[in-house]
Amino acid sequence: MTTTDTDSTAAKSPTGEELLSVTGLVKHFPIRRGVLQRQTGAVQAVDGLDFTVTKGETFSLVGESGCGKTTTGRLLTRLLEPTAGKIVFEGRDITHMSEGKIRPLRKDVQMIFQDPYGSLNPRHTVGKIVGAPYKLQHVKTEGGTKKAVQELLELVGLSPEHYNRYPHEFSGGQRQRIGIARTLALRPKLIVADEPVSALDVSIQAQVVNLLEDLQNEFDLTYVMIAHDLSVVRHVSDRVAVMYLGKIVEIADRVDLYETPMHPYTLALLSAVPIPDTKRRARQERIRLQGDVPSPINPPPACRFHTRCWKAQDICKTVEPPLLQLAPGHQTACHFPENQPGGDAPKTGTAG
Amino acid sequence: MVQGVGKIEGRSLWQISWIRLKRDKVALAGGAVVLLLILVATFAPLICKIIGVTPNDFHQDLIDPSLQTPIGKWNGISADHPFGIEPVNGRDIFARIVYGARISLLIAFLATLLSVGIGTVAGVVAGYFGGWVDSLISRLMDIFLAFPLVLFALALVGAVPDQLLGLKGDSLRVALIVFIIGFFSWPYIGRIIRGQTLSLREREFVDAARSLGARRPYILFTELLPNLIAPILVYATLLIPTNVLFEAGLSYLGVGVRPPTASWGDMLSIAANWYQVAPLYMVPPGLAIFITVLAFNLFGDGLRDALDPRSR
Repeated sequence: MTTTDTDSTAAKSPTGEELLSVTGLVKHFPIRRGVLQRQTGAVQAVDGLDFTVTKGETFSLVGESGCGKTTTGRLLTRLLEPTAGKIVFEGRDITHMSEGKIRPLRKDVQMIFQDPYGSLNPRHTVGKIVGAPYKLQHVKTEGGTKKAVQELLELVGLSPEHYNRYPHEFSGGQRQRIGIARTLALRPKLIVADEPVSALDVSIQAQVVNLLEDLQNEFDLTYVMIAHDLSVVRHVSDRVAVMYLGKIVEIADRVDLYETPMHPYTLALLSAVPIPDTKRRARQERIRLQGDVPSPINPPPACRFHTRCWKAQDICKTVEPPLLQLAPGHQTACHFPENQPGGDAPKTGTAG
Repeated sequence: MVQGVGKIEGRSLWQISWIRLKRDKVALAGGAVVLLLILVATFAPLICKIIGVTPNDFHQDLIDPSLQTPIGKWNGISADHPFGIEPVNGRDIFARIVYGARISLLIAFLATLLSVGIGTVAGVVAGYFGGWVDSLISRLMDIFLAFPLVLFALALVGAVPDQLLGLKGDSLRVALIVFIIGFFSWPYIGRIIRGQTLSLREREFVDAARSLGARRPYILFTELLPNLIAPILVYATLLIPTNVLFEAGLSYLGVGVRPPTASWGDMLSIAANWYQVAPLYMVPPGLAIFITVLAFNLFGDGLRDALDPRSR
């Protein structure tokens, strides 16, 4: 079910202190049937994640739809309670903290939502939306909430005059800025951004991504970025974790991951990124995965990727490959990784 | 990004809805008739005094003794009796229609208030909390909807004593009918509110509030309720005409307010006995019910279009 605990902190970046650490994180959604609501199965949305996030970095979670990345984001902000595992934020275990106890901590962990149309209450003014954090956390600001909200609006590139307007009067990009302003209100330490730009036009995406980077530099923010667009991820991330069917298959620094991907799934994902250069495109071989992503209700045993992997052998169907450090700061969960420093020999399980 | 040019005035969804409603002439006409009806019901004694008619005085001198019908054409319409008089005892129809509006609207409004109140609370609770609470409330709604309401009304009115909880006479009957209609029609609005709450609960702004540490009361009253007021208002407006019809039906069956108090349904029931010799007697109460129901429905439809939550 979970990967070995010994490697959970192995990929910790040498510089900077650890802000968030996740060990063996599991979230299963029960499937209930019948009059008695008996549990007949479970959607294994997230099934044993181990990673750490260091202060000031941007850590990205990528993967295709349904791989559990959004669920992970909601677990980190404790909108959902984990089934098993451990989430430690700033040395405090928040895994099963009660709603009352976690309330003051929510100041420090905030979330940017995917849908700029759904994340703002249509009946509230911008002032009320962006001012809500102060009200809910009983934070008093110098010069009053209105002044603070107007400063935030300016910070994210909106006019303070927008204070009394309603969300429906704004475009998608502007709405996302309103959402970012709300997120920033309490000066959080960690921001979980759940596909912050995927609902926006490509031209607006760049603006919002740049805004997020500027804010990171200004306020020393740490991001956990959830995304499926690999070019956006390449632009913003320091480290990237690739997810497949509720598990992390590879974690690496951005450069390592894009240049020497080790897991076959990562390789396949990267080969699907369009290259705007016809000469280079001809050289790159596109890997086409066969079939669909298996159902998370009944995932394949051992390595979950073996049903679609061109390198799969018998061991992949019986022994689950642990997430091991194969190069400095580069962890992969595969029996037959690509681009290995020491050649292509099968791994025997010595963690770096 | 966007530079503010002068003072930017935000338009709330309410203001936009009002602008949209103002453009809908049919709905406005319906609304005007509704307003007129409310005014007529409120100032019934004053109106009757000005015209010089009373609802309960007999005018036997205007009745043909052999046929028991009003003397003259069209129910005996005259300057003294603008809508004519009743057969047999000769009471003024205009006054009875005006006073009948009081009973009709009072019962319809109070019953709607009661069912909207119960329905909203039950719907929000079922939709927001889900789980076994939702199952319990939903099954309760099914039971209420399966209840043979008219039979129950007939039995209850027959069984209730003349005095109850300090109420007697007409006020007891009104309270009883309001209770019957209101208490048994809340599942209609309850189901709608439950569905709306279910879909609103999953919207990301609720998650956003939760991630800021909002408590349940804040989410219910500040995040969800403002989004529910529009559907509540629309369905309340559409429930009123149903209740007007229901009250008329109960009066027709003889379980409404007691004679001599005027009510439209009671007038129709008397008219049904006289349709062969005085067929025009059923026209005024019938038209009154028809116009009231139509006006409320047109206004409610317009309101729904204006408040449509799907159009942003």
